[in-house]
Amino acid sequence: MSAPAEAAALKRTPLFSLHRELGAKLIDFGGWEMPVQYSGILEEHRAVRERAGIFDVSHMGELEVRGPGAEAALQRLTPNDVSRLADGRCHYSAFLTERGTFIDDLLVYRRGAGDFLVVVNASNRAKDFAWASSSIGGDAEVQDASDAWSLLALQGPLSGSILARAAGEDPTDLPYYGFRMMRVEGFPALVSRTGYTGEDGFEIYLAPDAAEPVMRALLEMGRAEGVLPCGLGARDTLRLEAKMALYGNDIDETVTPWEADLGWIVKMQKGDFVGRDALARQKAAGVTRKLAGFEMVDRGIARHGYAAAAPHGPGVVTSGTHSPTLKIPIGLALLPAADTAVGTEFETDIRGRAAKARVAPTPFYKRKKEATP
Amino acid sequence: MNPEELHYTQSHEWVRIEGDIGTIGITEHAQKELGEIVYLELPEVGHLYNADDEFGTVESVKAVSELFIPISGEIIEVNRAAVAEPGIVNDDPFGDGWLIKLKVTTDDDIRKLMSADQYAEYVEAEEKQK
Repeated sequence: MSAPAEAAALKRTPLFSLHRELGAKLIDFGGWEMPVQYSGILEEHRAVRERAGIFDVSHMGELEVRGPGAEAALQRLTPNDVSRLADGRCHYSAFLTERGTFIDDLLVYRRGAGDFLVVVNASNRAKDFAWASSSIGGDAEVQDASDAWSLLALQGPLSGSILARAAGEDPTDLPYYGFRMMRVEGFPALVSRTGYTGEDGFEIYLAPDAAEPVMRALLEMGRAEGVLPCGLGARDTLRLEAKMALYGNDIDETVTPWEADLGWIVKMQKGDFVGRDALARQKAAGVTRKLAGFEMVDRGIARHGYAAAAPHGPGVVTSGTHSPTLKIPIGLALLPAADTAVGTEFETDIRGRAAKARVAPTPFYKRKKEATP
Repeated sequence: MNPEELHYTQSHEWVRIEGDIGTIGITEHAQKELGEIVYLELPEVGHLYNADDEFGTVESVKAVSELFIPISGEIIEVNRAAVAEPGIVNDDPFGDGWLIKLKVTTDDDIRKLMSADQYAEYVEAEEKQK
């Protein structure tokens, strides 16, 4: 087993000492010293699927885009249709290169006219800010407000009832991808019904000094119900079961939304935006490779970067893990488009050993919606 | 916590010698570092190995680690129960979570391995370097 990389000058969130106190195993995650697990990835994963879990995701970046031209600027900088966002609503979108590939994937929140929050990946924060600043144009400005925000994700079927107790109001009247300001444990918080786990859940944006008291309170309130602090390990297995893309694994500056099966975030009818021409060309020419979910036929876990050989040519595994819910190895792979039909078999190269995999229906896990009375 | 009668490697395997049979597994420290083990890849019976050869892999949800054989020999048994339920290795790494048994070809390799006390010191030194 190899030793972890030297922990020099890693950034820490305001929750660092609480993570230590809770017995977290800490790792270098894109320059941040973050908890990968507390009690164990499988146990934390189960807690989120069956009860609830709390994640520190304060390393995420927050860009504030403001000004009379903010909506027009974001309409040009992102492929989704910002004009369809009402106040108090957010949507999934991206920053794209002129080639139509992902600079980053992100959430755009509309707080009001001329007042937007763009939530980006920690590892891309500096790149996103530089790109947005240079591309934004007049009548709007972008600020990197990441240091002013901490972020907790409360995820799982019990998250609504737990948050209701901490907020003194019912957050479950928020629609999916809706948000509003609340007080959580007395602290002002922007609460959105969003997440990265495939479960019902909330993301709670707070001032940095509020993060620890709020996380402690949520853990305390959920203790009797088995709510657990959860690390990035469980976050990864949860998002992969829900087939949510991870930047740097499944998408990056070589992959377009068509290829990533994220065409739904691209609104070609809305008018011009960065990357549109390239995406139009790619669509007209035909998309030659696509991201597909797979499960293993042979034994083994095909992981990120492992080569794939499909009937119509080579591919690559972009994510792979053991699915704690299904108890089988699952993953995502970029494959020739002709080989992405469910049931298509292909070979993966697991450290020199050929192991057969099969394209599977996705998402691998879909939560059961509550029965309507 | 590391049984006295076992011999240990720097890559965190252990071997128990009974006559000319060696039983091999990973240590408590190794299972703890790996986290929940979900997959074991172990060799077939009859395979011959020299000391320090890679003989398999152990995977947790997050990571893959290679296994290195502490002593030379021929595989005579593989722990099928652990392959079917790798969690056994987390629960009982020095007992039911053993990995392979082999017929030992030479006594020479044993002398290069660490005692329980030496291994405990080695782990402590390794932890400090983190």
